[in-house]
Amino acid sequence: MSGTTHGHADAPHAPVFTGIVRARLEALFPQYPTKQACLLPALWMVQEDRGWISEPAMAEVADVLGLTPAYVKGVVTFYTMYHTHPVGRHFIQICTTSPCNLCGAEAVMGALLRDTGCGELGATSPDGRFTVAEVECLGACGFATPIMINDDFIESVTPERVAGILQGYK
Amino acid sequence: MTERVTVTIDGAQVSVPKGTSIIEAAKQAGVLIPHYCYHPSLPSPAVCRMCLVEVEKAPKLMPACVTTVTDGQVVHVNSAPAKLAREGVLEFLLANHPLDCPICDQAGECELQDYTFQEGRAAGRHDDYPKRYNPVEDFGPDVLYVPNRCILCTRCVRFMDAVAEDGVLNVSERGDRATIGIFPDRELDHPWAGNVVDLCPVGSLISKDFLHKARAWDLDRTASVCPGCTQGCNISIDTRDNTVVRLRPRANLEVNRHFMCDEGRMHYRWMNRGDRLEAPLVLEGDEHHAVDWDTALRRLGQMVRGGAGTAVVLASGRASLESLGWLSRLLGRYQLTAAVQVPMGDEAPLAGVPGLALRAERAPNLQGARVLGYDAPWASALSAAGTASLVVLLDVSLTETEAAGLAGAGNVVVLGTVESGAWTRAGLVVPVTTMAEEHGTWMNRDGRVQRYQQAKAPPGMAQPAWWVAAGAMATVDPSADTPTSAAQAFAALGAHWPELAGLSYQDLGFSGRVAASAMAEAVR
Amino acid sequence: MGYPHPSHPKETPVLSKHFGDEGARTFDGWVQRGGYAALRKALEMTPEAIVEEVKGSGLRGRGGAGFPTGLKWSFMPKGDGKPHYLVCNADESEPGTFKDREIMRWTPHQLIEGCAIAAYAIGAERCYVYIRGEFTEPLRVMQSAVAEAYARGALGADVFGSGKRIDVVIHRGAGAYICGEETAMMNSIEGRRGNPRIKPPFPAQAGLFAMPTTINNVETLASVPHILNRGGAWYKGLCLGNPKSTGTKLISVCGHVQRPGNYEITMGTSMTELLFDMCGGMKPGRTLKAVIPGGSSVPIMTAAETESCLLDYEGVVACGSMLGSAGMIVMDDSTDMVYQIWRLARFYAHESCAQCTQCREGTAWTTKILERILAGKGKPSDLDLLLSLSENMTGKTICVLSDSCAAPIVSGIQKFRPEFDAYLSGARQPALAMA
Repeated sequence: MSGTTHGHADAPHAPVFTGIVRARLEALFPQYPTKQACLLPALWMVQEDRGWISEPAMAEVADVLGLTPAYVKGVVTFYTMYHTHPVGRHFIQICTTSPCNLCGAEAVMGALLRDTGCGELGATSPDGRFTVAEVECLGACGFATPIMINDDFIESVTPERVAGILQGYK
Repeated sequence: MTERVTVTIDGAQVSVPKGTSIIEAAKQAGVLIPHYCYHPSLPSPAVCRMCLVEVEKAPKLMPACVTTVTDGQVVHVNSAPAKLAREGVLEFLLANHPLDCPICDQAGECELQDYTFQEGRAAGRHDDYPKRYNPVEDFGPDVLYVPNRCILCTRCVRFMDAVAEDGVLNVSERGDRATIGIFPDRELDHPWAGNVVDLCPVGSLISKDFLHKARAWDLDRTASVCPGCTQGCNISIDTRDNTVVRLRPRANLEVNRHFMCDEGRMHYRWMNRGDRLEAPLVLEGDEHHAVDWDTALRRLGQMVRGGAGTAVVLASGRASLESLGWLSRLLGRYQLTAAVQVPMGDEAPLAGVPGLALRAERAPNLQGARVLGYDAPWASALSAAGTASLVVLLDVSLTETEAAGLAGAGNVVVLGTVESGAWTRAGLVVPVTTMAEEHGTWMNRDGRVQRYQQAKAPPGMAQPAWWVAAGAMATVDPSADTPTSAAQAFAALGAHWPELAGLSYQDLGFSGRVAASAMAEAVR
Repeated sequence: MGYPHPSHPKETPVLSKHFGDEGARTFDGWVQRGGYAALRKALEMTPEAIVEEVKGSGLRGRGGAGFPTGLKWSFMPKGDGKPHYLVCNADESEPGTFKDREIMRWTPHQLIEGCAIAAYAIGAERCYVYIRGEFTEPLRVMQSAVAEAYARGALGADVFGSGKRIDVVIHRGAGAYICGEETAMMNSIEGRRGNPRIKPPFPAQAGLFAMPTTINNVETLASVPHILNRGGAWYKGLCLGNPKSTGTKLISVCGHVQRPGNYEITMGTSMTELLFDMCGGMKPGRTLKAVIPGGSSVPIMTAAETESCLLDYEGVVACGSMLGSAGMIVMDDSTDMVYQIWRLARFYAHESCAQCTQCREGTAWTTKILERILAGKGKPSDLDLLLSLSENMTGKTICVLSDSCAAPIVSGIQKFRPEFDAYLSGARQPALAMA
């Protein structure tokens, strides 16, 4: 167990759920019979606001929804789309499951790692622009190979198209 | 009358209430269905898959822990398909499980070892694939988590969530990367958190206090009762070489289910104290001289026979019913003021078990003492002792001021275990046993009389306090019927105290019996 | 429509009629195309009558299980006074399957209409649409369409003036294939880890928030307005094979074909016709080697087994596999079967929720064995070991992810053993380096 206190050596956690974000969360409460059911949406709001979900943010979500921090962390670590550490400005996901694999996904992955400068999966590029993650089936198998860059879903990517696509993300 | 159903399990037919799970019905049939995640005091998730049994007419093997019996059902626990399924589960569990047995505290009382030895494959097929590795974590204060050994049964998480109602544990990650997690800067410091170590079927959650202290097969285990408070949780005192090395809870569905609190669990070192009174001492002039028991008992008998007027007994809250009762009888000719010392502390309930808590009164026999007439407030008994003809101290420690207050008393007799602060004034000091070194009974806050058993040998010449009192009575009146065993000492109490009438050690068994009329009043 | 390709004459475009047609996305556009007439009609019927109509149509769950939909709806208790819930399963994560995203991004109102009718039929006032987190375009389109539907009275407290309340809430997933399992989905909506639940209790008795719940797939619900509009008898009549499999099915064809895409066929259409006629057959110079017809969780079929195969629930079973979600992964002779089976095992190992011992350990272990084989370090006994572990992983867990991992392994070894042997003997060069 690390000896961290609630504040870090970095800046202390500024609450996410204030103002507009708070209002958005509270607008969800009537749509579910329990506050707990707002957990996944609340975590999305944190990630949209901060780019990732830190442990103090998990504690804040827990507090707002009446859950324990350990519980929230258990949920966060179950779902692969939530980031538990900072990632590049543009987060790239590439599917390499069998249907895409049959259609050359691994070559696309290689091109991505090379053209972003990341070099390896999960690493952030030196300029902080990109992180590339290999993910499982993205549900666009007929449009192989699909990639996601942040919330943009880009279909039918080939190694040749990669450099051009990346130029759109500064 | 609850509706009952009849089910046949491995050929044995049993009748059980409707709604019983197969795994519980099997216990009635004398069949233990191997399992990990199931526990009678926890909600059932059916995730370990170890309890899969063959049920005739069902298309698949059924998990016995969550499948309720139906009338006429025929279940096979030890048929080939069920055994093969268990063999499969064991092999999967061992795939990433390290070969830690030589250094693991759980060895000898490990359910993974036991079932693998009983039904697992003789040799694993995992070969030399590297096993998943995670470093040991300190969940604090007393609990270490060894993720490599964890079989993800989730008993610990369910206990903290549903029983302790303190959700500090979780399952983190997914798939074969999953481990138990605790939120940073949180600890397992709930007053009942230590139970997760007992619940863990393997050596994944372990006690720092017990770490590498003793091998399970070297331990003697004695059924006893926790001396910590008026709740009376049933425990096991585990000793090795006459030393208490650990206390663990013992199941009693009426008192503590399967749990005990951390304060009770950790408070056993006093049972091993070496600085004990070992021989009777008589005051001659200014000095105490060691004497034999005959001399000591005769001296005590003289003091009692010759005396009249007031007597005060100041007794430990741990003194047994037998000791308190026979002492009271010994002092029958006196106007008796009797009190028990009750240290106080904070209450700590276990939220998920109504009626179970670490009680504020840290005295296991407070209720019993009251029933036997030890009901004077401590302060007034102390002050009465200052002018009493006879003061008897039973295993209590007094402060210097309190001991000085006995200056005006006639005779002072100490029945003690360790130094009591009042020896210098005591005409007679005799060594008595602690609860770990004798057989005895206590009455808990709910009026339940429970036996505790002798877990270790007493030091020197120490004897139970009831034996001292009865022995002194015998010197006064040789024809009196005095007990030669704790069982006799207990059985005789009923003649004088109707709450205990008709009870014997045999009646009490290992889970005790609520005394007929002794419903707790002022204790609560 | 086989979007992005135009509809093939042999297709039966019902659900896919407007794929690629951006005008179909709006409320007005949908109404112009015949939309929301079914909902209006439904609101004039009793729930029981709607259930009967759907029963009579023979519609079966299109998410993979193929359970009769009308029958499933009839399991919901009547007059129990508890809130009922409809959950629309838009988690679509089964490898090979990509039909639900098309329904949502081209015809969101088709789905909304189906959800509304179904909710009314089962006595639910609220429907949760669980869309997987990666489906950002369907999420946007659906959110916009739902807002429109509310604004135009197709959803809300008084739908089309009927006095009935129907609410739709869109719930975004966060990356977990297992949440497509109906009980795991309910846990995920409740704000829990996506762990499947033991059954009983069944969702219709105690499901979402412990209330009676029905969970249906997107394609299933999207079919409902058409059944209401044209009658259950019409739907039942769309049948070229076994009478128990009726209506149309979107087949998502991917992998080694000329024209991958979604093809809507009448149940009982021949697989050969689909692959070689509608999809244009193999790439130049290639021959068909294998097909995994139902999304990846079903046995692999050899080319020979596909020859007489009719595409309906019974037909595919008769040829040694299952229709499942009908995500058809086509593999030609350039395919390294061992490599693809390893990649699938890796998928299941990544997605296992970790509850059941056999799945948690078995998916990872079988993946490691296959990896070692591909690295040229496998042993002859590895194949028997894989078969033994697969048997231990089948029929023994809370959900069938474990069985799904075993299916390609077992069928792969049974039907493509020489490819495994080639790696084991060293005849084939390693495809992986050992980590």
